[in-house]
Amino acid sequence: MKVQSPKSKVQSREKDGGIFVQGLGAVSPAGWGVAALCDALKRDLPLPTYSLARPGWEKPLQVRAVPPPVSHPAFFSHPRLRRANSIAQYTVAATLEALGGDVAKIQAGELRLGIVVCVMAGCVNYSRRFYEEVLRDPATASPLIFPETVFNAPASHLAAFLGTSVASYTLVGDDGTFLQGLALAAQWLADDKMDACVVVGAEETDWIVADAMKLFQRDAIHSAGAGAVLLKKNPDGALAELSAVTDSFPFTQTQTRADAARKMRAQLPEAAPDELICGGEMRKILGEAFVASAAWRCVVACESIRQKEFGALNVGVVGANQQAIGSRFLACSEAVQVTGSAQTIGA
Amino acid sequence: MLFPLPKFSGSANPNRVVVTGAGIVTVLGTGWKINSEGFRIGRTAFRPVTLFDVSQQRSKIAAEADLPEELPATKLSPNSIRRLNRASKMLLHAAHEAWSQAGWQSQENLPVILGSTSGEMSLGEKYVRQALKSPPSKRQQPTRIRHYQVQQQGLDLCNAFDFHGPVTTISNACASGANAIGHAFEMLLGGRAEKVLTGGYDALCQLTFAGFDSLKALSPTPCRPFHAQRDGLTLGEGAAVLTLETLEHARNRNAEILGEIIGYGATTDTHHLTQPHPEGNAAFAAMTAACACANISPEQIDYVNAHGTATPQNDATESAAINRWAGVSAKSLPVSSTKSGIGHLLGAAGAVEAVVCLMALREQFLPPQMSPGKIDPACHFQIVREPAEGKIEIALSNSFGFGGANASLIFRRWK
Repeated sequence: MKVQSPKSKVQSREKDGGIFVQGLGAVSPAGWGVAALCDALKRDLPLPTYSLARPGWEKPLQVRAVPPPVSHPAFFSHPRLRRANSIAQYTVAATLEALGGDVAKIQAGELRLGIVVCVMAGCVNYSRRFYEEVLRDPATASPLIFPETVFNAPASHLAAFLGTSVASYTLVGDDGTFLQGLALAAQWLADDKMDACVVVGAEETDWIVADAMKLFQRDAIHSAGAGAVLLKKNPDGALAELSAVTDSFPFTQTQTRADAARKMRAQLPEAAPDELICGGEMRKILGEAFVASAAWRCVVACESIRQKEFGALNVGVVGANQQAIGSRFLACSEAVQVTGSAQTIGA
Repeated sequence: MLFPLPKFSGSANPNRVVVTGAGIVTVLGTGWKINSEGFRIGRTAFRPVTLFDVSQQRSKIAAEADLPEELPATKLSPNSIRRLNRASKMLLHAAHEAWSQAGWQSQENLPVILGSTSGEMSLGEKYVRQALKSPPSKRQQPTRIRHYQVQQQGLDLCNAFDFHGPVTTISNACASGANAIGHAFEMLLGGRAEKVLTGGYDALCQLTFAGFDSLKALSPTPCRPFHAQRDGLTLGEGAAVLTLETLEHARNRNAEILGEIIGYGATTDTHHLTQPHPEGNAAFAAMTAACACANISPEQIDYVNAHGTATPQNDATESAAINRWAGVSAKSLPVSSTKSGIGHLLGAAGAVEAVVCLMALREQFLPPQMSPGKIDPACHFQIVREPAEGKIEIALSNSFGFGGANASLIFRRWK
């Protein structure tokens, strides 16, 4: 992806009272980790696709699946995760990367962690499998699969793995829901309901989703994974600051998609057109993973700020069928020397 | 902006949050009046499932709602109305009642916070059936995909009443409706909104029915919450919508107030994906947190609308949690599960049961559960088993879901 246009320095700011990004995590078709995600975007080449059989069709669907992890993560053998759906595994992996050394503190009860998991298609693989079993013979449909079809199963597995009993919400909606999740977490932290909150956007692949996506975007390639952003009120050592989440502008009878997108952009500081990191470019490389895609954009924005490539970045999401919503991240250090100016990672 | 959220209240003190409209759809009927009459006498309304084939399932009954043939007049376009399905219609009926009662007007930016476990899942099921049976046929498939998703039902409300919300859908299994109301309450409490449209909805669908049946969680007979011989839940369907606003906002427009929300607690039970901790630790914590939020003690609660699904595990856990939470006051605490009459409404349960609490507070009755048989001796509290008038000032509603999502809401009578 092409960015860069060295221009300005981030302004000095007041750090107190803000919400800060303290960790990032990602699982994507590029691999397990933020580094793999950023490397793939820097290479600027579409990742390979894989064939996914679709019943009734000779020609398989092409998807960008998450590759197997290089080494078997220890959490795979946790009792709650052995049989869990892949979306739960992505959720846990991205969260653990974002939490880093905080995992032990949470498990020791020294850090109260809130969880917000955001999905659009959600646990679709087990849902489709379970429903196929129901259609074949409802009397023998698997009781092991059904619980994994519930939207909040990934959040539940994550909470169980970490041993956190603080509030956990699963939000369902289009791509922009991840940014709603950031705003919710920020509200919780501002209200001192917890010490930290992880916001995860996650999706998994299945032929039924890849097939459905073709009805709306013929050339789109379905993908999967998760992105996680850990937020705290504590600015010490933060990677970036969550400066703003715009209003959510829904697509309604009287507010078109274009209207909504325009209003969302109007709430964000302007960025030069030649400096856009388009969501479309990211889609060409990684595929379309709905809420996970929005999460990846935020992760990449924060990582770019951490790498001092930019002093500020906007992430604008014009979602699949619900809303236009944007967020803005800032560098944390008082006067960071940066190589780029305010950017928008657009829809 | 969603963050930083504007503060509508200049006061450093938390706002008081009141309910100015409530709409409800259950198997008992559509609207406050018919439902209130049913809950007052503990009417049960289970019947054989007709919406899909249950001939191969253990359980063959549910609380299927009869919906009015006519939809209420709204600003939805004819095309949008034509595409509404069962869950959307129930939500629209409930929202219309609440909206009309509150006397709200169309406005630019009104948050909508809903709870649902499955949206319009029957459309998703149709999509899968057609994709498997006639793969090349795309007839109606795009519409099914678009309208089965939960965000579409929220957008339908925006279109029906002509406002541009942020639409937030919480899917925390059976606590979804309670979490939605709780989240709306917290927004108002913290001065981050002046009014919020909130509630929950879920329609019966084959996937969910077969799922609970596969877990052997469904009873073949009408459910018997807290009974010694209870053997599972009975599914139902419905919707409930509340218009919440700050007291200041309601008073400024001379709105009629139905009740006040004073407490909310939400916790996560990490014991198991589908089974609660045997001692009900997270349930206890949710009730305790709600009381702390309301700044009251358990002895001040006059009625508990229990989650009470009638599964052996849920009711044992909830009993243990209520016993522990209420302490010595448990023995005189009236508790009932209105699921005994209308079934388990999943994502709608918390919202519908919130309206039941408002009915009890406003009309001063204790909703009974009329199922016959012996109550589990583990219940140290008083199960309401006969219709009764009562002096109820404060009521608590529990909602506990798959995945360990636990929520408690506390309501106060408005005088």
